[in-house]
Amino acid sequence: MSERTIRVTVNGRVHEAAVEPRRTLADFLRDDLGLTGTHLGCEHGVCGACTIVLDGDAVRSCLLLAVQAHGREILTVESLADGDRLHPLQEAFREHHGLQCGFCTPGFLMTLTCFLRDHPDPTEAEIREALAGNLCRCTGYKNIVAAARAAAATLATLTPTPTRSPA
Amino acid sequence: MKPPPFDYEAPTSVEEALALLGRHGEQAKVLAGGQSLMPMLSFRLVRPRIVVDVNDIPALAGIREVDGTLAIGAMTRQRAVEQSALVRRRCPLLADAMPQIGHFQIRNRGTIGGSLAHADPAAELPAVVAALGGRLVVRGPGGERQLAPEEFFVSYLTTTLEPGELLVEVRLPVAPPSTGTAFVEVSRRHGDFALVGVAASVTLDEAGACVGAAVALTGVGPTPVVAAEAAAVLVGGRPDARALEEAGRRAAAAVRPDSDLHASAEYRTHVAGVLTRRALARAVERAQGGGEAVTP
Repeated sequence: MSERTIRVTVNGRVHEAAVEPRRTLADFLRDDLGLTGTHLGCEHGVCGACTIVLDGDAVRSCLLLAVQAHGREILTVESLADGDRLHPLQEAFREHHGLQCGFCTPGFLMTLTCFLRDHPDPTEAEIREALAGNLCRCTGYKNIVAAARAAAATLATLTPTPTRSPA
Repeated sequence: MKPPPFDYEAPTSVEEALALLGRHGEQAKVLAGGQSLMPMLSFRLVRPRIVVDVNDIPALAGIREVDGTLAIGAMTRQRAVEQSALVRRRCPLLADAMPQIGHFQIRNRGTIGGSLAHADPAAELPAVVAALGGRLVVRGPGGERQLAPEEFFVSYLTTTLEPGELLVEVRLPVAPPSTGTAFVEVSRRHGDFALVGVAASVTLDEAGACVGAAVALTGVGPTPVVAAEAAAVLVGGRPDARALEEAGRRAAAAVRPDSDLHASAEYRTHVAGVLTRRALARAVERAQGGGEAVTP
């Protein structure tokens, strides 16, 4: 049960810390690094609120041990906004009322950053399937899907992909 | 909802992992993708003295074709299996099942071996391995053994893996030409465990007659159920609507599901029949289309 020293890059910053093996990555981010944007709903991999990006992949941070993040790169919701300027995805959630209480929102945002990177022009069905692993108890999802569609459109104008035919 | 204290080791070779597992026996738990073990730790359903994390063993991950089989390392991520062109080409049934396992965030971490060793009675992968008659390659202090699915899966969350042993690979036969496959399931929401799931494979000859068929079901008993009687209806003739209908009836007769919170035994039995017919029909269609399976 002795503590281990880990070195993790979070949102571009290297952190070194001693952690107990049983510490989840989610608790490490929130309690040790103070990055409380990552939320914990169910703590057993069902709700998706704690979704973060680990070496480019969206994963549940409650289902990882902090010791497993040693030497890895992590992005949390705090990486999205540039100072006071919201990320286009956050802007789209605000614009389309894609959140009410906001508890689940960080998980949705981190899921969608990976999904929209891999699917820059998704159909509504693809968006709904991608969001199936994130629970929201307020919105009924309609506006979250609308926000995801709008964000996809905005992101496409910012980084036009060469394979897309001109509109 | 926090894991209990445990010691932690992350070996970098199979030998090192086996030494640790041998030393700690029943006190050790193997951590693969963690998508099942981590919730069990957080619920404190398991309290291992030591967690042996096998994520840092590169030799355990990878997909290769050897002697007519697809050999998939136990630590291959489910997402990698899902995106593998080799799997799609050589073992389309496995490719069909992958997108139905959890959500993509789960598959990013979840591994093929972790899911098989966890042996959830409603999981997709055990049914795929059972339908295809694959082999589970296990290493332990006594060396290596290869187990057929019926020798591996014992009951709910129970396999014949001994303390000190490690599932290192799964081997699946490469699909013969003109083979079509399908994995269909009914679940409460996309990504949930199946209430009932059916893995089906059909091989046709040049004249369109069925020369091989396999059906296995998940969610209808403590282990995957191979419905050999259902598959046998198709073999030797043309897989027409009547044969598919009869195969469905036989699959329903072959299962003895329990009732639970989510569905009654009667409902599951009925769905087992319907899904078997549908899965076989889709597999036949794909076999007729040249064997190239497409994602449903």
